[in-house]
Amino acid sequence: MKYNERLQNVTVLGAAGKMGSGILLLTAVEMADLSLKPENKSKTFVLNAMDVSPEGLAGLMNYLRAQVLKLAEKKTVLLRKVYADRKDLIENREIIEQYIFDVLNIVRPVTKLEAAYDSNLIFEAVSENKDLKVKLLSQIDQNNKNNPWFFTNTSSVPINIIDREANLEGRILGFHFYNPPAVQKLVELINTDDTDKEMIEFSLEFAKKLRKIIVPSNDYAGFIGNGHFMRDALHGISEVENLTKEMSFAEALYSVNKITQDFLVRPMGIFQLVDYVGIDVVQFIMNVMNPFLDDENLHSPLLDKMIEIGVKGGQNSNGSQKNGFLKYEKGKVVAIFDPEKKDYVEINSFKEKCDAVIGDIPDAKVSWKSIIRNRKKDEVLKDYFNTLKTMDTKGAKLAVKYGDRSKEIGKKLVADNVAHNEDDVNTVMLTGFFHAYGPVNEYFG
Amino acid sequence: MKKLRTKVYMTAGYNTISLGTGRSEFNPKKPRPGIEHYIKEAGQGTLKQIGGAKNVDEGAIGNFMAPRFNKQGNLPGLIPMIDDGLQWKACTRTEGACASGALALMSGMKSVLAETADVVLTVGFEVQNTMKAIYVADVLAGAGWFQKRKDGHAYFFPGQFSNRAGAYYEKYGLEYTRNGLKKWFKNAIENARLCPTAQEHENKVADLDALYDKMKLNGKAFVDNLSVLDCSKVSDAASAIAICSEDGLEKIGIAKENAIEIIGWGQVERNLTLDPPDLTELTTIKKAAKEALDSAGITINDLATIETHDCFSIAGILATEALGFAEQGKGAQFVADGNTSRDGKIPMNTTGGLIGWGHPTGGTGVHQAVTIWEQLTGKAGEAQIEIPKERPYGMTINMGGDDVTVVAIVFKRG
Repeated sequence: MKYNERLQNVTVLGAAGKMGSGILLLTAVEMADLSLKPENKSKTFVLNAMDVSPEGLAGLMNYLRAQVLKLAEKKTVLLRKVYADRKDLIENREIIEQYIFDVLNIVRPVTKLEAAYDSNLIFEAVSENKDLKVKLLSQIDQNNKNNPWFFTNTSSVPINIIDREANLEGRILGFHFYNPPAVQKLVELINTDDTDKEMIEFSLEFAKKLRKIIVPSNDYAGFIGNGHFMRDALHGISEVENLTKEMSFAEALYSVNKITQDFLVRPMGIFQLVDYVGIDVVQFIMNVMNPFLDDENLHSPLLDKMIEIGVKGGQNSNGSQKNGFLKYEKGKVVAIFDPEKKDYVEINSFKEKCDAVIGDIPDAKVSWKSIIRNRKKDEVLKDYFNTLKTMDTKGAKLAVKYGDRSKEIGKKLVADNVAHNEDDVNTVMLTGFFHAYGPVNEYFG
Repeated sequence: MKKLRTKVYMTAGYNTISLGTGRSEFNPKKPRPGIEHYIKEAGQGTLKQIGGAKNVDEGAIGNFMAPRFNKQGNLPGLIPMIDDGLQWKACTRTEGACASGALALMSGMKSVLAETADVVLTVGFEVQNTMKAIYVADVLAGAGWFQKRKDGHAYFFPGQFSNRAGAYYEKYGLEYTRNGLKKWFKNAIENARLCPTAQEHENKVADLDALYDKMKLNGKAFVDNLSVLDCSKVSDAASAIAICSEDGLEKIGIAKENAIEIIGWGQVERNLTLDPPDLTELTTIKKAAKEALDSAGITINDLATIETHDCFSIAGILATEALGFAEQGKGAQFVADGNTSRDGKIPMNTTGGLIGWGHPTGGTGVHQAVTIWEQLTGKAGEAQIEIPKERPYGMTINMGGDDVTVVAIVFKRG
């Protein structure tokens, strides 16, 4: 089956979810672009957007329309050529509207799994629950005569286990997008020894058409991205616990979040990232990964406590951030959750005191935003971290320790054979987490 | 030819700011003032200088596409909105694409010449930031022949002038031409910095040459032969000026030295449905400028300053040739050598022109007249250039479409 044929009937499971909606958007656009090629004009392309939530699917269609509109406005120069033979489409606006229709016209919002029984390719982006994934995939496979291929977006469950338990005979690979899929460049590609070779080739071509950067990861729970993130987060949590000996919980969490963002020049602090991903999701991923690890315990009582109280983070359906460890107002962090008081503490009530304890960053001009597109960022960061290492403040010391730990985690991923090499680890953090520098670097360790 | 039966003056000019990207007031996500704000501010700005609405006999309003940008037609009805004193007076709207403003000036001038009015309040405006640039391009494409729209570029007018630039590059060399265009751009920004109402007034780029060089031509994202720096931006603005007879000036109590006299003009139309005869020549501008100068009885050497229609940098270069300052193919050199800079042989677009000050399409013709009025009467503030005593003349060239509707007007200090 050729690339085009494979993409004539596709299903995305969990299409209304955070990851599913992005995967659906990218796939819909790729399929629409194929359908608009002269040689494909007589063919029908179908993309089932399958989700159990009708409300979610209604929201998905709104999201799709808004996103495709933006995309079409950006590529109107090209679209005028695509629709050159459509004499009825004259103005940019008419062309853009037609393109939105053509993309949306491929998408079939459905709530029943049966829709996937005719598909050649199934993207799985349901919740991070192995048994659910196995159940859905095996049910589809048993009822689908096309020997379909399965691309799972799991960020933690080993692929070979899903393969074996769902009896898919190697017709599955891990195709792990980063959040949000439409923006982040990275896809982690995980195959097993049994993975169909033709399927791997297809996945590489598909990723290329989506302009994604592929990093291969070996089939270990958590893969590279979460392999780093989970351990990095646990380090942050343990530093908060250490700090509570000398300050309040809210002050400690504020400090570690600030150090990981400002001192380490990252796009967001570690607790903001946990909120962004969702405290429940982080807890879940650790639970999935933990049974596979002999020499360490990926588990945090603090996360359990937060879930117990019902503070989960994650995003609202409009993409805005829900409160988690941090409280957000118009995108800004304004307060920190105290699990003892079960309430938020205003940052303004202790910020000045806390900032004085942590100290200043080495160079006020260096921030993630200011250097991410700077071609000489390596030089800037070298000076910056060299200065940081000479500083005697609490913030600087904790930051250096954090950088050392991050490097150690990166190296361990290679030593444990999760990543093929250090470059792959760095690429994942640069393109999946948008870091300005990789964890395995010359600055630390 | 045109023997003026009576003297015609312009005075009491007023410009709103040119709002759009580049101005710190501009935020695409926040609501902005509507057309009524601009028309009112500009109109009242002029009324204040001429003793109020009671002195106005008629109104003229120039606009290109308010029916599409702002879903508003019947524009003459917006003149009485400026001031209650204008209620029940005669008003006219003119449209000739980006030359709509100059057509409004012509309308006012002809009323004065016909001796049916002594004072005509003339306003030109366009409010275009109501939509994204990709849709603005659709609306502005109306200045071209609609049957050619389908085969045109997504950015239709940049596409038209990109074709002109491409033809010029082919004939005279890419690097040579880009060098001239770069200088045109640089002059535009530097002049705009001196004018508080200009869209590029706050432009702080230290090295404009480097910026221009960095912006590579990219036909996949934009047009083949021009970068965005070669183009005027999307602007919201209005300008107003009073057109008066001698009696009119007396009535409003403004001395002649604070006014400029119209001593000649050329108004020329090219068939919209045909392609331009020569891509490397602005033929209509050439004819209009010649008519204007001939009717004024002066030559280009008598002019102290010119406001020319540089919707694109290449139009600036081509104008220097159409006016006769440079031979064909030598315009890029003429500009690169600094002849059109504010301290050059013939300073052009001294407050930034369309690229630097802004291009509120239907308002541009009026804005050009206001600038010439400011310069010839010494009211240009920081942007003031020296007007030599023996050359008290200025000229405006306002172009609609791809060299289709053109009005050139020659002014003399009053």
